[in-house]
Amino acid sequence: MRTIRIGAGAGYAGDRIEPAVELMKKGHLDYIIFECLAERTIALAQQEKLKDSDKGYNRLLEYRMDKILPLCAGSHIKVITNMGAANPLSAAKAVKAMAQERGIRNLKIAAVTGDDVYSNIEQYLDLPVMETGEKLKEIQTHIISANAYIGMEGIVRALKEDADIVITGRVSDPSLTVGPLMYEFGWEITDYERLGKATAAGHLLECGAQVTGGYFADPGYKEVEDLWNVGFPIAEINEDGDITLTKLDEAGGVVSTSTVKEQLVYEIHDPARYLTPDVIADFSQIEVEETSSDHVFVKGASGKKKSGFYKTSVGYKDGFIVEAEISYGGSGCLNRAKLSEEIIRKRIDHRDIKIQDLSIDFIGVSSLYGESISSLSSENITPSEVRLRIAARSSEEKEALAIGQEVEALYTNGPAGGGGVRVNIQDIVSIASILIPESDIQIDVEYEEV
Amino acid sequence: MKLKEIAHSRTGDKGNISNVSVIVYEMGDYEKVKKSITAERVKEFFQEIVKGDVIRYELPKIGALNFVMDNALGGGVTRSLSLDRHGKSLSSALMDMEIVL
Repeated sequence: MRTIRIGAGAGYAGDRIEPAVELMKKGHLDYIIFECLAERTIALAQQEKLKDSDKGYNRLLEYRMDKILPLCAGSHIKVITNMGAANPLSAAKAVKAMAQERGIRNLKIAAVTGDDVYSNIEQYLDLPVMETGEKLKEIQTHIISANAYIGMEGIVRALKEDADIVITGRVSDPSLTVGPLMYEFGWEITDYERLGKATAAGHLLECGAQVTGGYFADPGYKEVEDLWNVGFPIAEINEDGDITLTKLDEAGGVVSTSTVKEQLVYEIHDPARYLTPDVIADFSQIEVEETSSDHVFVKGASGKKKSGFYKTSVGYKDGFIVEAEISYGGSGCLNRAKLSEEIIRKRIDHRDIKIQDLSIDFIGVSSLYGESISSLSSENITPSEVRLRIAARSSEEKEALAIGQEVEALYTNGPAGGGGVRVNIQDIVSIASILIPESDIQIDVEYEEV
Repeated sequence: MKLKEIAHSRTGDKGNISNVSVIVYEMGDYEKVKKSITAERVKEFFQEIVKGDVIRYELPKIGALNFVMDNALGGGVTRSLSLDRHGKSLSSALMDMEIVL
């Protein structure tokens, strides 16, 4: 039975490039996918595009292409990536320019568009926001972007037109894998079972090393060899949609039933209803089996007809977050940090600093879990140092500045021995999700050739 | 014993929702873990952190449970004031839960 080998070249926007280069050289790949777009990354990219209309694609696009373009040209490995972010057209032009500079010929670069629905935003203002239930118009004046999660359609179209590199914007992560499988095997778009299987393959690949032992190691419980040199995964998928997951022998990391199971459940909700723009995938009956060392066979995914709605990420300006920290050391440091907490709370009241939310953490004592869970592992807390962290959210920058100023003032007005104040203020871009009808989306593919 | 001795886990996040998996090493432990680690118990365990409902999903053929915890990330990764905005550390806390076999 025919199989296609797809490698993962990135699991997030800033991922390493060396494991991808190794895969392209030694992995006998047909395709390599680079998944580089988190939920809010695209909103930030839209902000960049507003400042410079040629930008708004992944910042490491050129860095990555510098390493992989010669490998594309010398092999028949096709590259599929969402590094286009807010600007796939400019990304494709940038890659063309790089290929020209290097004297690389016969390369067709596709840019998939259609996910950007910002120009239609007016017609969605009465839709409810999934996170809050409020209507979108509540945040209307703060909206800066709107991108729908589109599916595999544009990728399939580009591959049919012999594209070597396909650059998309907001495509659902598994669609980067579903696209080439649909194209290669000619599955029907109503073959929901195989679409579900392809989605499982995409889901297993999309986070890169998370399925090859990255983010898995726990010494004494879950051992991983050579984690520093962890390899990226390869999925070998057959015409029936069954998957074998593996990695290069010489790379670090491990592919085991345990690493595969962790990735399978990662960031899904109901395993019987994993919603994508291509299919409602069903992972609930998946089985995994280790067939040989670092080879795991995955079968049993299926699917149902897609919902007909596209989840759309609406980016909006959402005020400011200030984080201010100060350290206390020596005996009684926790008590002094707690006195500072009390001072800061009273100062906020006294000055009437208007903030929407406040969080005070004792780093090294209770910063991750709150009091009760933290106390399970440390009943008598006597740290020799503690870092006090004051974080607040405000709609105005001046309120954030005021909080930072109050923490700094602990230097002369607070308890003994406070040191190392750091203040960081960020303006926030948040995401509101809405569901828009599929019929609103117009997929287009444009090409650059050298 | 601690859950960590018979199971492993990873946390994921989407918006303000956190999901924590619990995956047994030996399939023979699955039914016992299923009986012991209920949605109610997880909700109680994370009461200071998780402000919404906890739903448990089952993946029997791989011996896994998936706890989906609503309103668990202080508003989600962009708005959260938490030091760990993605809630990545929640799985490690759950693995310290006591289980009686």
